[in-house]
This record gives sequence, structure tokens and C-alpha cells, in this order.
Amino acid sequence: MKNKASMSTKNIWRGAIFLGGLALAGPAVAEEAVTISGVADNLTQLAYSVDTFYFLMSGALVMWMAAGFAMLEAGLVRGKNTVEILTKNVALYSIACLMYLIVGYNIMYGDAVSSVIPGLSFFLGADNSVDAVLKSGGETYYSNMSDFFFQVVFVATAMSIVSGAVAERMKLWTFLAFAVVMTGFIYPVSGYWKWGGGFLDAMGFLDFAGSGLVHLAGASAALAGVIVLGARKGKYGKDGSVRAIPGCNLPLATLGTFILWLGWFGFNGGSELKISNIDEANAVSMIFVNTNTAAAGGLVAALLLSRLWFGKADLTMALNGALAGLVAITAEPLTPTPGIATLVGVIGGLLVVPSIIFLDKMKIDDPVGAISVHGVVGTFGLIAVAFTNPDGSLVKQLIGAASIFGWVFVTSFIFWLILKAVMGVRVSEEEEMEGVDIAECGLEAYPEFTRD
Amino acid sequence: MKKIEAIIKPFKLEEVKEALTEIGIAGMTVSEVKGYGRQKGHKEMYRGAEYNVDFNPKVKIELVIDGDMVEKVVTTIRESALSGKIGDGKIFILPVEDVLRVRTGERGVEAI
Repeated sequence: MKNKASMSTKNIWRGAIFLGGLALAGPAVAEEAVTISGVADNLTQLAYSVDTFYFLMSGALVMWMAAGFAMLEAGLVRGKNTVEILTKNVALYSIACLMYLIVGYNIMYGDAVSSVIPGLSFFLGADNSVDAVLKSGGETYYSNMSDFFFQVVFVATAMSIVSGAVAERMKLWTFLAFAVVMTGFIYPVSGYWKWGGGFLDAMGFLDFAGSGLVHLAGASAALAGVIVLGARKGKYGKDGSVRAIPGCNLPLATLGTFILWLGWFGFNGGSELKISNIDEANAVSMIFVNTNTAAAGGLVAALLLSRLWFGKADLTMALNGALAGLVAITAEPLTPTPGIATLVGVIGGLLVVPSIIFLDKMKIDDPVGAISVHGVVGTFGLIAVAFTNPDGSLVKQLIGAASIFGWVFVTSFIFWLILKAVMGVRVSEEEEMEGVDIAECGLEAYPEFTRD
Repeated sequence: MKKIEAIIKPFKLEEVKEALTEIGIAGMTVSEVKGYGRQKGHKEMYRGAEYNVDFNPKVKIELVIDGDMVEKVVTTIRESALSGKIGDGKIFILPVEDVLRVRTGERGVEAI
């Protein structure tokens, strides 16, 4: 009878908690100890569920960034190269997911050899048991599987950065072979140095959601690829003049930018990792506000700069400006006030335009501006942390940026050269003129329209 | 019978068509064409780099009319296509030997 009463009290409490009737918790003091611990356990379970749910939904938003990159890139290449860039985007996303599942996640977060050399193991471990979570007293607050899911979509983002920069002339299968190495090995190693608890983390280098680990890393691999690959045919005149090669579909590029902007709330917001108490909920809200305002600041700054500089309001520069604002704030979206976050975004937007012009002049042909947006502004984002977070240090941020760039650029360069020797990196001149859609995929994106 | 070929600015097509309909022209053939004359091409800007568009988009109207109508038609086209700025286009007048309507087999002016 006593047991039965106790059970039913427990069930009532369970119901009350799930209805949000937490104010009723007061009278529990008068109840038996087993009931109080039952309430505490239920709260732990609820918090675990909320944080895991938040993690998964944030990951789903970041997954959607793959669509953003696909649309942005499809819009900024010529119509004859659309099918191939779309194929690269869907394939690289899938390869990233598989490689990170097989080995990448374990390199990044598994048992390490030293603070520089990560360990090697394969496939995911088991998820948390209920007992372990309850015993941890709130230390373990989300599912291991949700952590994997959130991390895996970040790898795909880094790889997406590469595809835009090498667009319109790289061989499809060479690119996909590189994706295997990048997502299964190169990215996880530098990722381990910070997020996996390696030497950059121990040193005090700060990179909240990955201006360095994701964006600078992707851009470094892209830069190495572009150098090995060379510029698109027709990009430069015989006298060295820069020729514009306009993208085929600016509505798609704009949609892609908005999708990325949306996905970034998951990217930065989810990186807080927790939302189930007032402090964390406030922190996540601040991150959303700062992420949004940095993008807005970046867009307005790039739009104004392009109008003042070129005499015309260049949409593609404005789009790059929004992304620059997002990349810039990614290293520290929590500590700055919204005003400072806007300023960080504005500086990102002001940096990206001259960076694109400069790289063009240097014959580094990047059709979508990925190296400028993610590399140059990503580095700026890391540096900005020294000024926006009291715990940040300029020297440590620079060491972090140099380590990530050095590692990813050098290893990528080596792999690009190996791939060039083994399978070739560039399509033939004739195939490039005809368009890689026909050459690589055998079909056209817009068969009903004649093209140049 | 004469054939009129008028090359005009694309945004003037609607006005020209309406003006021709008003004076009793019942049909025409229209095509989108590209070309340049004294206007040359024009420059556009993309991501800070200029590029030339060598051929400007134009619309070509073709119609075959009775010889008596030529002055009226040509004047109508000119007036409705005129913007006064460079690139307004040209009108060509060509002789036509014969016309045949496919459906009925009619020939000459009857077939226009």
C-alpha cells in the first residue's frame, strides 16, 4: 500500500514536471526521500533530452548549409558547369559523412597519442546509459550520437568551401578523392588540436564555432587546390588583365546565401552545446543575435564599399559580405555585445571585397570568393577574439591561425600534387570550353536554353 | 509587295506592335537578335572587373505588306520605336517577288 502510494505520487510528480509545473516542487520536501531523488532524476532526464534535442536540431540546421553552399556555387558558376558543381556538393557531403563516421570523428575526439598526434580508431562507441547520465549529476548532458551528428555536418561545411574555389575546371573524381583525405584525415587532426583537447586547446587558443578549425581550414585546402590547379581559361587576358566571368544565376546565389545565414544559427548557436538552464538559454540567444547582426553588418558594409569603389552595387559582393560577417563572428559569437558583433561583421565585410580583388590580381582564381570569405576573414575572426573576449590573447590566436593554416595548407598541397600525378587534376582545355557538365556528367543543367 | 525588316530596342516592341495593329497590320514575325552598329557593345561590371558585352540584344520585326502601305508602315514603326537615343535601330525595305499561303495556296497580295 505504501509502495503503491509512493508510486502514484511519483507519477503525479512526473506529470507535473512535464507540464512545466515546477513551482509545485516545494511541497516535495515534505515527501519521502525517494520521491525527491525521483524528481531530481526526472529533471536530469529532462535537461538531457532538451540539450540533446537542441544539439540535433542545430545539427540539422548546419546540415542545411550544404544546400546553401550548393545553391551559392551553382549560382556563381557558368550554366555549362552547374551539374558538375551540384554533383560535387551532394557527393562531398556524403563522403564527409562516411569518412567522419568511419575514422574522422575518432581521430578528432578519440584517445590521443600526444597533444599534437591524435589516436586512430574506427567507428562510433556506444551511447550513454541512463544510469551513467544520472550518476554524472549533469556532467553528461547530451547524447554521444547527437555529438557525432553535430560534428559531422561541420566537416561537410569545411569541404564545401573547397568545391566553390576549384569550380569549373577541376576533375570531378580528383575532387572527390581529395574529399576523402580532407574529411577523414586533414580536418580531424587540426580539429583534435583544439576541440579534441590537443595543444591549441591547452595553450588557450579560442575558436568558439570554427572560424579557424572549419572556415580557415577549408579555405587553406582550397588555396592549395587553386594554386595546383591554375585559373579558369579566359579569366586573364594576354596582358594579365582580369576578366570577369559572370555567374549564371544570381537568384540561386542569393537563396544560397540566405540558407547559409539560416544554417549559421545552428552552427554558432549549437556550438554553445547546452540550452537547458537560464544562463545557457540567454547565452544561446545572445549568440543568435550576434550571429545575425554580424551578417547584416557584413552585407551592408560590402554593399556600400562596392558601390563606392566600383560605382555599382554588386550583389555578389554583398552576398560575400554577409558570409564574411558570419565567418568573422564565428570565432566568438558570445562575449561581444551586439554592437561590437556588428562591428566585427562590418570589418569582415570591408575585408572581403579588397581581398577578392587582390586574389584576382594575384591570379588566384576563386569563382565564388571562398578563400577570401573563409580564409582571410576567418583569420580576422580569430584575431578579433583577442579584442572581444577577455580571455583571448592575440599571440595565442595568431599561433592557432598559423597552426591550422600551416597544417591544412601543406598537407593539402601534398595531396593535391599526388592526385595531380596519379589521376590528373584538371579537365582538358576542350572539356573546359565545352563545360564540365557534359565532359564529367554527360548532361546539362538547363538543356532548354542555348548557352554561350 | 515589300518586306519590312525593322531592328528595334526590345522594350519598344509592345509599342510598335500596338501602333502597327492600329493602322491595320494583321501579322508579323518577331525574333530576338543580337548585334551592334554605331552604338557598339557596352561594358558591365562583375565583382570589380569590367567585361564587354559586344553584341547588344535587339528585336527584329519582319512583315510583308502591299507596296502602297510602305510609307505609312515605316513612319509608324519609326515613330513608335523612337527613343531619340543611340541604338534605336534600323528599318530595311526589300522587294518581295511573291507570297504563298500554305493552307489555301493563295498567291500574291491575297496571301499576305
